[in-house]
This record gives sequence, C-alpha cells and structure tokens, in this order.
Amino acid sequence: MGNILFCGVGGQGILLASEITSFALIKSGLDVKKSEVHGMAQRGGSVVAHLKYGEKVYSPLIEPGTADIEVAFEMLESLRYLPYLKRESRVIVNTQKILPPSVTTGVEAYPDDILSGLKGKGLAVFPVDAFEAARRAGETKAVNMILVGCLSAFLPLEAEVFRAVIRERVPERFLKANLEAFRQGREIIDTMLQAAE
Amino acid sequence: MKKREISTKTTEKQLLSGNEAIALGAFEAGVKVASAYPGTPSTEILENFCTYEGVYAEWAPNEKVALEVALGASFAGVRALATMKHVGLNVAADPLFTAAYTGVRGGLVIITADDPEMHSSQNEQDNRNYAYAAKVPMLEPSDASEAKEFMKIAYRLSEEFDTPVLVRTTTRVAHVKGLVSPGQQEVSAVKAGIEKIPEKLVMLPSNARRRRVELEARMGRLREFAEDFPENRIEWGDRKRGFITSGVSYLYVKEAFPEASVLKLGMAYPFPAKMIGDFASKVDEVFVVEELDPFIEIHVKAMGISCKGKELIPPFGELNASIVRKAITGKAAETFFEPSPIPFRPPNLCPGCPHRGIFYAISKLNVFVAGDIGCYTLAALKPLSSMDSCVCMGASIGTAFGMEKALGKEALGKIVAVIGDSTFIHSGITGLIDIVYNRGFTTVIILDNRTTGMTGHQPNPSTGVTITGDVSTLVDIEAICRAIGVKHVRTINPHEIEAAIKVLREEVERPEPSVIITKAPCVLVPEMKKRKDKPLFLIAPDKCTGCRTCLKLGCPAIEWVAVTPEEAKRLGYKEKQKGYSRINAVLCDGCGQCAPLCRFKAIVLATKEGK
Ligand code: SF4
Ligand code: SF4
Repeated sequence: MGNILFCGVGGQGILLASEITSFALIKSGLDVKKSEVHGMAQRGGSVVAHLKYGEKVYSPLIEPGTADIEVAFEMLESLRYLPYLKRESRVIVNTQKILPPSVTTGVEAYPDDILSGLKGKGLAVFPVDAFEAARRAGETKAVNMILVGCLSAFLPLEAEVFRAVIRERVPERFLKANLEAFRQGREIIDTMLQAAE
Repeated sequence: MKKREISTKTTEKQLLSGNEAIALGAFEAGVKVASAYPGTPSTEILENFCTYEGVYAEWAPNEKVALEVALGASFAGVRALATMKHVGLNVAADPLFTAAYTGVRGGLVIITADDPEMHSSQNEQDNRNYAYAAKVPMLEPSDASEAKEFMKIAYRLSEEFDTPVLVRTTTRVAHVKGLVSPGQQEVSAVKAGIEKIPEKLVMLPSNARRRRVELEARMGRLREFAEDFPENRIEWGDRKRGFITSGVSYLYVKEAFPEASVLKLGMAYPFPAKMIGDFASKVDEVFVVEELDPFIEIHVKAMGISCKGKELIPPFGELNASIVRKAITGKAAETFFEPSPIPFRPPNLCPGCPHRGIFYAISKLNVFVAGDIGCYTLAALKPLSSMDSCVCMGASIGTAFGMEKALGKEALGKIVAVIGDSTFIHSGITGLIDIVYNRGFTTVIILDNRTTGMTGHQPNPSTGVTITGDVSTLVDIEAICRAIGVKHVRTINPHEIEAAIKVLREEVERPEPSVIITKAPCVLVPEMKKRKDKPLFLIAPDKCTGCRTCLKLGCPAIEWVAVTPEEAKRLGYKEKQKGYSRINAVLCDGCGQCAPLCRFKAIVLATKEGK
C-alpha cells in the first residue's frame, strides 16, 4: 500500500504527472485509484491529486496522516496539505514560486521560510529547482517530468518501467526532452540520497 | 476532432475515470444517441463518448433539451443517453417525471453527476431524491469499473421494465481513475423505426391515468427485482456491526471497517426490503453510511428497522474513510501536523480574460450586479468584487428584473444583469423576453467569449461549432435580442475599459430594455492560444508611483513588490513609496486592459527587442 499526494497550481501538469506514475504502478501489477478535481479549481487555484496503490485499493481518497510522499509542484502548496502527512513522509518540493492573488496584490507576503519550516518539523524534505532542471533538459514545460523522475527514486519500481510509460504516453516530438527530464529528476534525488549517506 | 485515448480493440485493463468508463459502458451497451449540457463533474462523459464510431453525440442548449432529445431517440427505438450535473436535472425534471409514465422503447439512461462538497457547484443537492420523486430506478456505482458495468445493466433494465433509468455518480466516482476491463458490444432487441403507440406516448389525462397505475405496478416489479439483483449484495464479516451503504461511501466503509459486514446497494432505488430486513436481523447494530441526505436511512427506518445514520454521519460535504471511522467509533485517526496559516489560493480569471475588463468597468458604476454561472462568477472575488448575486443558470436576468419591479423607478440606473453566452442560450432568453414583454428597463450584459469556459471550453450554439468540431450554423445572440424586441443592443470590446464604462452609463440610465454584448474570445480557445505575436506590456519602474490602481484589476500578471524606505531611496522613489507594480512577462497575455488605468502612464507596450 502506498499513498502519494500531488499538489500545486492549476495548469502545472499535475494530472499528467500523476497519470504517468499511475501507469507505471499498473505495469508492475498493482491496483491504483487516482482522485482529481476538475472544473472551477483549475482556474489557477490550488490543485491536488490523490494517488493510492496496492494489492487492492478501496477508497480513492488519502486519509489525513497517511500520505507516504507529497510531491509539491509549487513551494507554498507544499504547506497546504500538511495534515495529510505522516511524521516520516517524504516531501519533494519544487522551489518555484507562483504568487497567489493576495500576494500579487500586496495584501499578504509570500512566506519566505517554507523549506526550513518543513525541515523543522522533521520531515524528509527534498527541494528541487524543477524549472531550472527542465530548462537544462531542453523543455521548460517538462517540469512535471522532472518531478516524476524525483518521485520514481522513492518507488519500488525500476526506472525502465517509467521510461516505457513515458515512451507510450508522450508525443514523439517531446519524447527526448521528457526522457531526459525524467533522468535528471531521478538523478537529483539519487545524488541527494548519496550525499545524505 | 478529438482523439480518443481508450482503445476499443484491446481487452487489457485500462486506467479510466468514472466518466470515461461511463462513455465506454454506453458504447458497449450500443447507445446510438447521446445529448448533454456540460457541467462539472459530468462533462467528460460526452467528450469521450463522441469519439466512438457509429454514434451521434451533441451539446444541447440545456439539460431539458438534452433529455428530450434522448427520450425522442428512445421513442425511435434506439438506446439513448442524457448526461448532466446534479443541478442540470432540476432543469430536465419536467421531461423526467413524465418520461417515467411513457416509459421507453430503446433503453434510456440519464446520468446525474452530483457534487458533494461543492467542488464546482452552487449547491450540493442529493439527486437520489429524484429517483424516489419521479418513480424511476437508480443505479449507483462506486468506482470506474462498476460505472462501466452498471451502464450496461441500466440499459437492460430500462428495456426490460420499460422505464428510464437514472445512474448517479458523485465527483469521487466521476473524477476518480481506476482499472476497467473493456467488454463486448451489446445489441438491443428493440427495432429502430417509427411506431405509433398513443396510449403509451401521448400523456393526455386519460392515458396518463392508465400509465400511472402501470407505473406503480412497475415499481413493484422493480422492488422484487432488487431482492435478487446481484449488485445488491451482502459481504458477511464480523456481525457486531452491519453497514448499509451505496456509491463511493461503500469504499470508505470498506477502508475504515474491513472486517465488518456490509450490505452494498448497487441499486440506490427502489430498495430490497427483504434483503435489508434479513441483514439487519443478523447483525448486532445497523449503521447507514451515506453522503448528504439520509436517503437510505429514511427508507430503512420506514421499514421499521432501527439503525444509526445521520446522528453520526455528517449530512453535508464529502465523506472519507477517516470521517466514517471517527463517526462510528468516536476516535479520530492520528494526524501529525496542523494546517499551516498560509495565503489562500482561490481560482482566478486568467491573465488577459475579457471578463476582467467588463467587470472592472461595471465596478465603477455602483450598481447591483445580478450575476450568473460561469468563469465570470469569479468576478465576485476580490479585488473586482463586482457581483452581488448568483443563484443558478440563467437567474441573473429574472432576479435583476424582479428587483426592478420591486423598487420601481428608483431602480433605474442601479441594477444590471450579467450572463455568459452559453448561459444566455441555456436559460437566459426567456428572462429577457419577460423584461421586454412586461415593459422593464433592466440592462442585460451578455458576455460573449465564444465558448463554455468553466467546464473546459466546450463549443456552444453561439460558437458555431459542434461537439465533434464540425462547423455549424452560428446562433446569433444579437439577432436573438433584436428579434425579442430589444431596441437598444450594443456590442462592445470588453478590453477597452473606458469606452465600456461610457456605454454602460448610457444604457443603465435608459428607461427601456437594453442589451450590451461584450465580444472578445476567451484566452484559452485554440485560436487565442495559438497566437504568435502577442503584445507584452511592462511597467516602467521609474514612472510607477506605487498608487496601486492597476492592482484593482486583479490580473495575476501584475505583481506588487513591497520596498523598505531604504530600498525606495536607492530606487529613486520618494521615501514614502511603499512599493511598485511590475508585470510578470511569463503571465501577461497582452490584453492591454491595465495600460489606460495608470494615470502616470507607467504601463507601456514593450518593444519587440525588449521582449
Ligand atoms: S503602474 Fe501605474 S497604476 Fe500601477 S501602481 Fe504604478 S503608478 Fe499606480
Ligand atoms: S496587459 Fe495588463 S491586464 Fe492584460 S494580461 Fe498583461 S498585465 Fe494583465
């Protein structure tokens, strides 16, 4: 059983990232349920997708206090779903900032100590500049694939399973950049894990 | 034409949403005609269904028409489908209640997609009540795999029992993806063609009275059927607690109490009374777990069976396994972190959205804005704050006119109705007729952005393109208004705010009906997305005085940068200046709305080189 929470801002490619991850889990013979919300929330609002996998999955919603991994596509959003996390959850945070309306209009400030705040809670935090990494991979739109690469390092699946899914799902002309983005994302986490050892 | 991702050739399990599974189920059931009005969380059903070969699918102007089209197709002897969100069934309730009398020829299934928690809706009504009120059987799948199977069962039931069948989903069925096995296509035994059967299809009182009796007999047969229906099933476990549940709530019960005994109702209505009585007699305590209304609970209690339900389970909002567990045992699951007090991130109109311009203009008028349903409802939020009521599809016009009649002459110049193009066609036209016919003067502003934005940019009659992307006759909104008898119809560009304010002032003061049509495409329609040379605006830092006027537009591309007195000095500002505005070049869509608002001419068009 595993619970992965994807969060970010509408339009960041969260649905595709959670989709690729789901397919990889299915390919490995697991049952998967993935819950999304469409409609109003997609207009630049906060967006969340719940992905649950295991031998047999019933409820499509992750319960508070049980997410194994959170993949935050935007830094501020990493804080929004804290009650879903366990003490030992892994939190992958894209350090990109997207300013909410109260911040762009100067009513509130964007919190500036997000990463240290998360670490201070004892969570295993993995900050990633996914935008910069995507640029290096040759496609700034591949931020989501960088994060899939990061996530893959924590899942009990071979990287090849993900690559096979990406090959099946991503259109030919974006394939090279997306495979490269996946590789880089995975490498970023592998490097962090090695450094920690 | 949209490409379908689901293959019909493979037998391998596929990852499908409930909506995709319903489309596949309809296809496998041999549905030939499907009609719908888009509405979250139902929209993707038709978007997927229309991609299958050999079917007809359409966006109807509203849900009532959609159901009538499907009913007609059923009368012609083919299997037919109408899909809608929960509130859409209110609009389609009229044909529904009498279709229960006529019954069907080809199978007829109506999807009602409910939205507990109101993720994208104005209310969270529980449409299981419609099954009871209209005397129509209802199936309730709990996930995508069941959704597909239940569609096929629904069509068999519809033809066998001569009745429309409701299939109810909720957001967590419609938008949850799970594994689904494709199956065989079925062929209905009903022959397509014209058959005149007035005693069945003409609901004159004399015929209707006979059908009414038949309707009651049919419900009796369905009640018997429910007793042996394999999708009403008991999963025996520990007999201390027995749960009766249906739909997605079943999954929450299984997750929270894997060891308990469960009676799962695949058919939400009518109920298998014997089965429920039998189940209740074999467990120590009966709990009914359901989202929203105590629908099962009331019926179980009416059978004389004691059970616990809404005194434990919340009557509003979505459930989940934690809520169910806590409600029954009183013990909350352990959580480790409190929510963090961080800035809220509500949805917002896109950068460059034409709605922003017109609502900014309206906000300068100091009028009551009777609003309507669509992306533009977001104009009610800060900083635009320019919508004062929003009830249901099309309500803007009637409510504005009612206020006018309540206040008489005093209302002149103080009330406007604002409605989108798709919503106007859905149910705004009749309201406008009321204003003209009953000698009103309320000004109606129709936002024509050529699409149904909120639900994901479906074409509509005023787009002139069908669901499959084929070019069709464009329904001319301006011509409709004139034909109704509105003499003053003006079309304006919502991006030009100053000109818009002038026109608005003139029309709201006019003691006659008037319509203002704002015409500019949604920034997300394909031709706008494909634009290559979008202009880009920037704010000259040396000219910005930090007056914050531009921020009142609420464009996500305009950002406030706060500065300390020292920084202000270093940047050459007056020491008192608290900050300055800047435009995020990645987000700016080049609509130009902001530029004229700046008195200091700080907002300028960026030159190509500067880009
Ligand atoms: S850009 Fe113009 S309107 Fe906006 S804050 Fe600066 S001076 Fe004011
Ligand atoms: S031109 Fe101004 S209002 Fe329009 S998108 Fe750009 S910053 Fe926003």
